Amino acid sequence: MNLFKLLAATATVAVMIAAPAAAQDGTRIALVVKSLGNGFFDAANKGAQEAAEELGVEVIYTGPTAATAEAQIEVVNTLIAQQVDAIAISANDPDALVPVLQRAQERGIKVISWDSGVAPEGRQIHLNPSDVNLIGETIIKLAADYLPEGGDVAILSAASTATNQNAWIEAAKAAIPEKFPNINLVATVYGDDDSVKSTEEARGLISAYPDLKAIIAPTTVGVVAAAQVVTDQDLIGKINVTGLALPSEFKQFIDNGASQAVALWNPIDLGYSAVFLANALVEGEEAAPGASFSIGRVGEVTLDDTNSAAMAAPFQFDASNIEEFSKIY
Amino acid sequence: MTYTTASGRRLPDRLDTPLKSAVLSWETLLVLVAIGIFIANSIASPYFLNAWSLSDMTFNFTEKALIALAMALVIITGEIDLSVASIIALASTLMGLVLNQFGAPTSVLVLVGILTGLACGAFNGWLVTGLKLPSIVVTIGTMSLFRGIAFIILGDQSYGGYPRDFAWFGQGYLWWVISFELVLFLVAAVIFYVLLHHTNFGRRVFAIGNNATAAQFSGVRVDRIKFVLFCLTGLMSGITAVLLTARLGSTRPSIAQGFELDVITMVVLGGVSILGGAGSIIGVVLAALIIGLVTFGLGLLNVPGIVMTIFTGTLLIIVIALPILWNMWKARRA
Repeated sequence: MNLFKLLAATATVAVMIAAPAAAQDGTRIALVVKSLGNGFFDAANKGAQEAAEELGVEVIYTGPTAATAEAQIEVVNTLIAQQVDAIAISANDPDALVPVLQRAQERGIKVISWDSGVAPEGRQIHLNPSDVNLIGETIIKLAADYLPEGGDVAILSAASTATNQNAWIEAAKAAIPEKFPNINLVATVYGDDDSVKSTEEARGLISAYPDLKAIIAPTTVGVVAAAQVVTDQDLIGKINVTGLALPSEFKQFIDNGASQAVALWNPIDLGYSAVFLANALVEGEEAAPGASFSIGRVGEVTLDDTNSAAMAAPFQFDASNIEEFSKIY
Repeated sequence: MTYTTASGRRLPDRLDTPLKSAVLSWETLLVLVAIGIFIANSIASPYFLNAWSLSDMTFNFTEKALIALAMALVIITGEIDLSVASIIALASTLMGLVLNQFGAPTSVLVLVGILTGLACGAFNGWLVTGLKLPSIVVTIGTMSLFRGIAFIILGDQSYGGYPRDFAWFGQGYLWWVISFELVLFLVAAVIFYVLLHHTNFGRRVFAIGNNATAAQFSGVRVDRIKFVLFCLTGLMSGITAVLLTARLGSTRPSIAQGFELDVITMVVLGGVSILGGAGSIIGVVLAALIIGLVTFGLGLLNVPGIVMTIFTGTLLIIVIALPILWNMWKARRA
């Protein structure tokens, strides 16, 4: 009977997937990312695993397939059921994750957010990869450095709801009048961290603004899409693509000249530091404004009034060092 | 699946029913699959058999399943509604708007959510039946339209600050681990079951799906029924908007992104023919449960979500292929 074969097959597959399962004793910290299959988060996991080894804890690397708050809530629900000791999350939405993370805390799970934050009532600590103002300024500077005469630039962002991108863009806009008076930001468009959508939006920018000198994409997906469009349309030298990019994904566009320079903090360090912070809370350290935490080899962070901490300044990659860093992440 | 007339004769859904035997056993198959996955989950994870875990699991599917109940009826008539997720976004946004602009109390918020859903559904229904446009085109259009309005109102902002008693709709429990959402879904499932399988209205829905022209000539008011069904889908989307907004405690225009495909997956996996004319509410409920069990079970094992998509994809192909293979096999034997 087809029916029984199917049933048997389903059960077998499920059991096979499930084989190595037993309740665990050691400290388990879940590193929850916006979506799996993103180079940035894979790099963060690399650092997290490094920290796990140093601290003698287990790090569970997980996240949804689609970068939505709803899918991430489902993931957090399963982590609550698994009774992990701590959750370190890069959130798809600062508000929508709050109720479920509060529930996690009610059940004794320590919660920190990193990279893309959660509203203070939903977490105990937030770890910023860098300072918002510094990033906002850096992304404009990356374009301005190669535009001595000034000119039109446009921003290709991730989702219009992405917490961190929106904060950086606000900071960038604030920095322009004072520090980069001859830079003219003509548009901000949203590629939703989707290659196809980002490509369409980049094409749209190029046709809508013939005098465009630079596209700034503060997202690793968008910046690759934009650089590819510039390469495909033979606009190398006319439009400089810049923003935040993973060296390994972006190296080819530094090499072919579609981009002069890009920047990024070190995601490896970010995942590493997030695990250190989460573990500190599990071990009973209190999160309060002014408190200092050791983040291993990266150094030390101090919490501000909202229990947020900044890890380090963004790091610039250009023709001189892209080769070296593209091998790392 | 069959209907007993006044004279006691049993009438099948459609005259030629090569699928009948396959469809009849479909619910049985779903029950077996659900039990199989349940057992596999229990063996695989020490955290699965726990009242709170199981309760948390239901949140993975109750909201989408509520819409799937109404969507099943729409698909049985041979139509489709792709705008449901966008209706949620618009309804949620308007709820946030009246809360933040006028400080509306919970009762008004719920009313706004439900009525917005109903109005969107009526608009879809009018375009499909009044202007005689194909529903797939109409709802692809309104899918962008409704969410577009939400984006215009909200931009990259969000609404929050929903009152505590409002949050209860999405986070509250009626008794111990039995959530309000789950009870609402079960009640709705019973209502839809009776509506589809035990009323004249339900018979007409099947009749339209099998042959709309014949149904029309038999005195069935095809357009009116279709209009009601689109209103019903809108209404369920409005109710879901209330639940989801209450659960998330906030509104963004990207809320419920991609829900429509999950809803349609539940309906098709539940054995509803995508060509119309056949299907059952029990199948849809079971399909929702299976999807919830699989997502949660794989989540407990920290299996990446992509495995889940592969699983449902395969299951869907099997659903569509199985009846066809069944027919080929029967034809060869004959």
